[in-house]
Amino acid sequence: MTTMDARSMGTSVRRIEGPDKVTGTATYAGDSVADGTLVLHPVQAGVARGEITAIDTAAAQALPGVVAVLTHRDAPTLGDTGDPEHRVLQGTTIHHRGQYVAAVLAEHAEVAAEAARLVVVTVDENPSTTGFDPDAQAYTPSALANGQPPDSGVGDPDAALAAAPVVVRASYATPMEHHNPMEPHTTTATWVDGRIEVFEATQGVESSRQTLATLFDAEVVVHASHVGGGFGSKGLHAGTVLAVLAARTVPGRPVRFALGRRQMFETVGYRPATVQHMALGASRDGRLEVVTHDVVGATARYKEFVEPAGGSTRSMYAAPHRRTSHRAVPLDLDGPTYMRGPGEAPGSFGLECAMDELAVALDLDPIDLRVRNEPEVHPENGLPFSSRGLVECLHAGAERFGWSSWDRTPRRRLVDGWWHGVGVGCGTFPTLRFPGSAAEITFTGGRYVVAIGAADIGQGARTVLTQIAADALGVDVGSITVEIGSTQVPVGSIAGGSAGTASWGSTVVEAADRFRDKYGENPDDGDHADAATPDNPWAGEYAMAAYCAQFAEVAVHADTGEIRVPRLLGMFGVGRILNPTLGRSQLQGGMVWGLSMALHEESVVDPRFGEVINHDFAGYHVASNADVRVVEAEWIDEDDPYINPMGAKGIGEIGIVGVSAAIANAAYHATGVRVRSLPITCDDFLTSGLL
Amino acid sequence: MKPFTYARPSEASEAVAALAADPDARFLAGGTNLLDHLKLGVVEPSQLVDVNRVTSTAIEDLPDGGLRIGAGVPNSDLAADPRVRERYPAVAAAILAGASGQLRNMASTGGNLLQRTRCVYFADPTTPCTKRDLSQGCSAREGWARYHAILGTAADGCIATHPSDLAVALVAVDAQVQVLGPDGARTIPIGELHRLPGDDPTRDTVLAHGDLITAVDLPAPTPAVRNSTYRKVRDRASYAFALVSAAVALEVRDGTVADVRIALGGVAHKPWRATVAEAALRGRPATDDEFRAAIAAELDAAEPVRSPLGGNTFKLPLVTGTVVSTLRGLAGGTA
Ligand SMILES: Cc1cc2nc3c(=O)[nH]c(=O)nc-3n(C[C@H](O)[C@H](O)[C@H](O)COP(=O)(O)OP(=O)(O)OC[C@H]3O[C@@H](n4cnc5c(N)ncnc54)[C@H](O)[C@@H]3O)c2cc1C
Ligand code: SF4
Repeated sequence: MTTMDARSMGTSVRRIEGPDKVTGTATYAGDSVADGTLVLHPVQAGVARGEITAIDTAAAQALPGVVAVLTHRDAPTLGDTGDPEHRVLQGTTIHHRGQYVAAVLAEHAEVAAEAARLVVVTVDENPSTTGFDPDAQAYTPSALANGQPPDSGVGDPDAALAAAPVVVRASYATPMEHHNPMEPHTTTATWVDGRIEVFEATQGVESSRQTLATLFDAEVVVHASHVGGGFGSKGLHAGTVLAVLAARTVPGRPVRFALGRRQMFETVGYRPATVQHMALGASRDGRLEVVTHDVVGATARYKEFVEPAGGSTRSMYAAPHRRTSHRAVPLDLDGPTYMRGPGEAPGSFGLECAMDELAVALDLDPIDLRVRNEPEVHPENGLPFSSRGLVECLHAGAERFGWSSWDRTPRRRLVDGWWHGVGVGCGTFPTLRFPGSAAEITFTGGRYVVAIGAADIGQGARTVLTQIAADALGVDVGSITVEIGSTQVPVGSIAGGSAGTASWGSTVVEAADRFRDKYGENPDDGDHADAATPDNPWAGEYAMAAYCAQFAEVAVHADTGEIRVPRLLGMFGVGRILNPTLGRSQLQGGMVWGLSMALHEESVVDPRFGEVINHDFAGYHVASNADVRVVEAEWIDEDDPYINPMGAKGIGEIGIVGVSAAIANAAYHATGVRVRSLPITCDDFLTSGLL
Repeated sequence: MKPFTYARPSEASEAVAALAADPDARFLAGGTNLLDHLKLGVVEPSQLVDVNRVTSTAIEDLPDGGLRIGAGVPNSDLAADPRVRERYPAVAAAILAGASGQLRNMASTGGNLLQRTRCVYFADPTTPCTKRDLSQGCSAREGWARYHAILGTAADGCIATHPSDLAVALVAVDAQVQVLGPDGARTIPIGELHRLPGDDPTRDTVLAHGDLITAVDLPAPTPAVRNSTYRKVRDRASYAFALVSAAVALEVRDGTVADVRIALGGVAHKPWRATVAEAALRGRPATDDEFRAAIAAELDAAEPVRSPLGGNTFKLPLVTGTVVSTLRGLAGGTA
């Protein structure tokens, strides 16, 4: 078994659409504006739970420039996708604040907004619960958001904890967070002769097409040539359904619905809050006897999504006794969804901080502790690892970071009024391949046109698929044209789960192999071959995942408690990096988000109003340039022949994993203050009594 | 957004008259605060009276060695002016600690002083807010009060903070505000421009409807003012409003505090001149212990908020740390 030869793969081919993006000519979903496009403005529920008893649209309808007002009274019955979020304007029940209850179509945005304001919705309000209380009544979900079972166990963890010589027990909290890609969710939709054409900000044109086709029982074409970030939030949400419903009332006229920033906090999902109860038991020489990770997380009452925060604890470290569990507390909010590193990002905060606390309790270097507990095979299912770079990442990262030059004792380095410290946190993310893509290669005009409905959400899919196709066909990248981002090319799976490149790339390689088998090195114009995503013959034989070790230096101001991160280093074991420039930018982007998660991001729900009260960028902070100092992403050489022909593990999510723990651990090392709740802010130090 | 009309007079008196004639009209300068509030439905003016043609964009020398800053001077120009940087370092630093380059280009001196609070409930017309509407209660007291006031609050009343960084620095340097109102021109010491909420938090300042800020005068700098700085503590390193900020001016002679000015941001409904701390420090040794004791005396009157969504008791140690560290830095130590 070997990975395919690389000529272009592994080189920093420039982002193909880069010039279009920097010159502003790349078209996003909201840019495809034809003459006569109507603007949609929604009317949204002002309460978290209730029944609509009346809607008065007269004033809105009377406003000059208003073309249509939609309510549940005149909306058609939609097909069933199984997702309650898609049942837009299907009844009178309000499940969450911000739910769409009506919409206005007008010729201008200002008129649409004013008309929406004039719609009077009368509601019988019902009591609601929107604040997350980890001690509230919780239930056991049937499955986690990634399809895994909620609980897992090996041995007798409770007995092992009672018997272990050294035990660390602590609870860690992560807040609700919102993705906020730069491009808010946008749909431009047109109905013509029973056919719907949609320009959509989506992570998957085909999954959007299927959803809309089911809902509207019509032929659907979806385009997404450029998408301004998704991070898990750009599945198909209610706003798209609303826009298509509206377009149906004005056949032939495009309808555009672009979310405002505040709507991003109530209609397109979020990472739900978790509280993670950790217990680690170890022998005095630092061998784990037992690991337990019991998660209580928020979900929506009307739409279940349970963050798999304990998932990576199932494979990170060896221990004969182990347990993970997930319980869900239902809230009357819109549905949570996947957000970069779903499960792993918050879950690594619990596990990796607890490991740090154990290292302190054992008086052991936290790197040594992790190395001592490296499993030989997957500790729960017994499979061998296709490759596992964690220990190498720890050693290579420590070397590069200068780890050994730091005294392990906390609160030792005060430089210019700032306490400095360092910390490490590790992470993993599964290496997946989604079935169901198809690729077509056509030789035309001396070029190979490679078509697959992939999504470039900024990660560089267009460029990397060009490189993969070039190497699979044995030609220069200059002879390849990749066509993606539309349902008018063969189907592509979603850009998600860090599986896009693996899934589409494997399909393209298969099509290229068939093309060469059929036509050899000198094809004729018009020759073409296609292929569906091949199964991975090694699936079920090996455990496959990416690993990382994140290192942080943190500074905490001795007078004010302000916390800054002068230095981050991520060392990654992610197989072959297909394009170092794009890959580094993916990994660094994830790390910056990890920093942002550690220090800034928190959606504050005010239960009196059922809404996120800091619902804009003034209130919801993400890291600014000044917060991001040195952020280095490096990787180890890793040749994994079992995962896919390219030997590439997904890199979309692993960058964020482990960062918040590394920062919290470094903050402890800097100050002696252990912060177990994100985000970490100055008050954590000011109220500790230690500054 | 409600429909409104727009006027662009060419004389200051016309602008003032336009407002005097229409209680729902508003002045528009850079628009960086007002237009956001229009879009959010926080204010619904009948008319916008653009004052950009009637406010000066010049910074002029005054005979006494001070400066006159036209109300139309963009924040970025004010921060970049060499005279301001040299004579009033706290003023330049305060501006540069706020907003972003693009916003500072648009924002005017007058508009900056009259920007409204960043209380999230104030900015969300679906939540009750006494500052927007006297008939409503305050949502912040039992809500997300992390950014709210600890000084000068009235029982059950508004606990909003004034968000301007510039105003805090101007209070420390004793600026004078020139105003043209329906009844003519007058001068208001900056420390008296902004109000405590009392029983009418709808009013941020003592200005009446139709009062136009025409200029801000900086008096000749004292040695302390020449040795001044602005320290802003916030949840991220830039582009955020202050949790707490301090404009501090200090003159130390022979190890003793000869002159000191301390103005605090993020702690009250107005920029807070820490007169108690200043009095405690004058003539005392310039040491950490003295600094700490002085600010503790100032904070005696503080009433932090405890709320289920996060209060602001941490501001007590934060104010102390911020002021002590800033004074120490101005006295030549590590800030
Ligand atoms: C994203 C963002 C971040 C920001 N960060 C900061 C920060 O960190 N620190 C900070 O201090 N500020 C910050 N600001 C606020 C910014 O400084 C103010 O919006 C700006 O200074 C207002 O000036 P303007 O000319 O745009 O005022 P406008 O928005 O035009 O007007 C503001 C108010 O003043 C009135 N007005 C304007 N001119 C006059 C006049 N001459 N006489 C009488 N009334 C007048 C208007 O009627 C209106 O009520 C931020 C703003 C934004 C949008
Ligand atoms: S603190 Fe003031 S501005 Fe904020 S909600 Fe209360 S009354 Fe309104």
